[in-house]
Amino acid sequence: MAAPSKRSSRPTPVRKAWRSLTWLGVIIVGLFAINAAGVIWGGGSWTPKLALDLEGGTQIILEPKVETGQSVSQEQLDQAVSIIRQRVDASGVAEAEINTEGSNVVVRIPGELDDQTRDRIESSAKLELRAVLLADAATTQSVDPTESPAPTEPAEELESTPTTEPTDGSDPAWITPALQDEFDNFDCATLDEADTNVAPADEPLVTCDVSRTAKYLLGPVEASGENIVNATNGMVTTQTGASTGQWAVNIQFDEQGTEDFGEVSTRLFGLNGQTPRDQFAFVLDGAVLTAPQMNGAITDGRPQITGNFTQESSKSLADQLKFGALPISFTVQSSDTISATLGTSQLQSGLIAGLIGLILVVIYTLFQYRALGSVTIASLAIVGLVTYLMITILSWREGYRLSLAGIAGLIVAIGFTADSFIVYFERVRDELRDGRPLVGAVEAGWKRAFRTILASKGVNLLAAVVLFILAVGSVKGFAYTLGLTTIIDVVVVILFTHPMLQLLAQTRFFSSGNPWSGLDPNALGAVYRGRAEFRKPVAVPASKVASSSKEAQKRQTIAERKATASVGSGTSEGKES
Amino acid sequence: MANRLTTFGNDLYTGKRSFNFVGGRKKWYAIAGVLIILTVLIPVLRGINFSIEFRGGSQFQIAGIENATPEPAIDAVASVVPEADSHVTIVGGDGVRVQTDQLEQADSRAVTTALAEAYGVPESEVTSSFIGPSWGADVTRQALVGLVAFLLLAGVIMAIYFRTWKMSLAAILALIGDLIVTVGIYAAVGFEISPAATIGILTILSYSLYDTVVVFDKIRENTAEDGQESRRTFAESVNLAVNQTLVRSINTSVVAALPVAAILFIGAGVLGADTLRDISLALLIGIIVGTWSTVFIAAPLYSQLREGEPAIHRHDQKVLKERERAASATSNAEALPTV
Repeated sequence: MAAPSKRSSRPTPVRKAWRSLTWLGVIIVGLFAINAAGVIWGGGSWTPKLALDLEGGTQIILEPKVETGQSVSQEQLDQAVSIIRQRVDASGVAEAEINTEGSNVVVRIPGELDDQTRDRIESSAKLELRAVLLADAATTQSVDPTESPAPTEPAEELESTPTTEPTDGSDPAWITPALQDEFDNFDCATLDEADTNVAPADEPLVTCDVSRTAKYLLGPVEASGENIVNATNGMVTTQTGASTGQWAVNIQFDEQGTEDFGEVSTRLFGLNGQTPRDQFAFVLDGAVLTAPQMNGAITDGRPQITGNFTQESSKSLADQLKFGALPISFTVQSSDTISATLGTSQLQSGLIAGLIGLILVVIYTLFQYRALGSVTIASLAIVGLVTYLMITILSWREGYRLSLAGIAGLIVAIGFTADSFIVYFERVRDELRDGRPLVGAVEAGWKRAFRTILASKGVNLLAAVVLFILAVGSVKGFAYTLGLTTIIDVVVVILFTHPMLQLLAQTRFFSSGNPWSGLDPNALGAVYRGRAEFRKPVAVPASKVASSSKEAQKRQTIAERKATASVGSGTSEGKES
Repeated sequence: MANRLTTFGNDLYTGKRSFNFVGGRKKWYAIAGVLIILTVLIPVLRGINFSIEFRGGSQFQIAGIENATPEPAIDAVASVVPEADSHVTIVGGDGVRVQTDQLEQADSRAVTTALAEAYGVPESEVTSSFIGPSWGADVTRQALVGLVAFLLLAGVIMAIYFRTWKMSLAAILALIGDLIVTVGIYAAVGFEISPAATIGILTILSYSLYDTVVVFDKIRENTAEDGQESRRTFAESVNLAVNQTLVRSINTSVVAALPVAAILFIGAGVLGADTLRDISLALLIGIIVGTWSTVFIAAPLYSQLREGEPAIHRHDQKVLKERERAASATSNAEALPTV
């Protein structure tokens, strides 16, 4: 910037103007530097990251499923997010984004998603450990799932509270007549509708195993999946370290889990032989994964499950136990897969719409404001540049992704931004109408317009902030770009549009009131009687304004006519060319 | 034409030409009242179409098909889930959109495969969405909370800025009217209310109030400068301010509406650009209604709220009395503002 050299002889507005422009230059160069640094060292990019609707990919929104009247804590959500992230990472998908939005968990995966990964993410997986009270083969009476499986109404109201207080989770006192009846009539085909996955933790549960071949009456929850630190599969080894060739799943509990499980295992081991009461059920989302027998009191928190495992089935169970340990259970609220082609076409239509909008705005402002319109266009270009840099930096630092709604926000912002220039220009014109010379009109107009712009843009920003804080999903993306452009708009009006006008007011083209400048005092009907003499702009009663302007028209008829004629012909020429 | 609008602006500024926005308020209120009743009634009678995001369901989209016809899609869906209720629409000439009830995960995949086969495209080209019914409800609830929070905050901030709660009240009332009319017209056009439309409607909050603040700022300036010596009544001062900012109102709303119209134009014909289309339609209606209501409703309403104040009432009486005296003394009525 050539600011310092010109400082000496210039009047104040010009010096101020150069100072503002210098600041703007510093800001833009600074943003470029930050972005460049990001590209070189921090994995940034010169283009903003795109959201899935523009890039193609899969987005799954998971909604927590909680017992009525309960709410989800942020801690639980964060835990769920980290577990889902592990699951996704385990399936080798790169660049997956998992976030919380409100109380929902949003998983975004670019590109195609295979079924296995989808299952891993969507299996909501809340793991509970309960003691088995009763077990039986699944009832297969109603094979046809469409037939109403309504249990036969019990003849009389069956007792549903235990007659004696159950002492522990294996106490048969839990089995009330009502529960016994429910167990007897339970049809595994209706497992999905039975809401077993949101069953209260401190009450017994009637459910089936995942293959729906056996049904169980289980005691209350004794330990939960959150307490499982790790689960692996491996060969069972003898004490000498020789492999037995039998696959097993090894679980490791945390401190709390070790204590809980130690207690239960001691109790169940004591019930050895009283099958099924020596069995222990791992319940995943309300269905029994496995219900092994307790072969010893395990107090070190490292139980080993053996059975008819293959390498594959033991791995699968280990994974389910390890990654399935979500603190809450989820349902899929929405799932979107967007093809890359559709994404590209959406991006294109967004950009085309923006371009058309921009061209229309440019044409209209040039038409209305002549040369002054070029200040609008230059200002819009600066706003565009700063916005682009900000979005690129934010998408690098904050993970912001530009969505179709965000692009719509940007296009809408073209018009909203140009509005503040119009407010300013109209104020300057008002001052000219009051008879001020151009330099004075720019300063006075700015003083008033600035207040108005700040107040009105403040309202815009408030709306954007409120929307951003409270909204979810696409509304957020829109509010974000709208808020961002509002701030940038105000900065550019202060540091570019106003200084440019200050400088242009010094040029002959504008100060002489050239009809093409858009600031022609004659065309604006101003009463301008030479440098020293112009009417006071304030506190002039309307009647006086009206009469004096009429008087002025009488006095300046010839000049007026000439000006009008020349402007009129100029306009028609402009239209034709 | 530019020149004509400038001259028009000059005349409005000096008061040579003037529209009686404030004086004719009963007429404007009546029009607004009828509009609000109509826009409430039409959607109620005809029913509002909610988009799939609010209803819940499964949706499949395929872009870039030659000879897009709905039949293959109908057959494809029927081959997987015969009992499903499916709607097939051709979008933009080469795109197909299929909406069905909520499908099970496995069925959804099968439909994707069947559709890909039916139209001879790779499976990765089929866009599929599954939307639980709670999704739209979630968005709506948040939007409503946002709406109330914004109205309260904006009301307080404007009251502080303008130093009178009456401006706040007039602006917020006009804004609520804008929202009702915009939603009504949007629904009457027959577009589905989608989350994108919700965004557009919420943005009107911002735009409509922005417009009102600009005009009110001029009103505040004019009425503050008038003081006791003014020969205008309060209503006339307000009316002059509205007239003086009229050209600005026209210019800003045209400039704001142009890009929005461009989005609407593009969004209407392209598959998948529903987001663009819905946002822009809601916004376009909102910008027009918002500009109208600032001039015809908010400003007259503010004037009406203030006219009852004793000081202003006294001043107005004085002005009118003086004017009467002047009119009878001289017949020079020309010098009076034409209000």
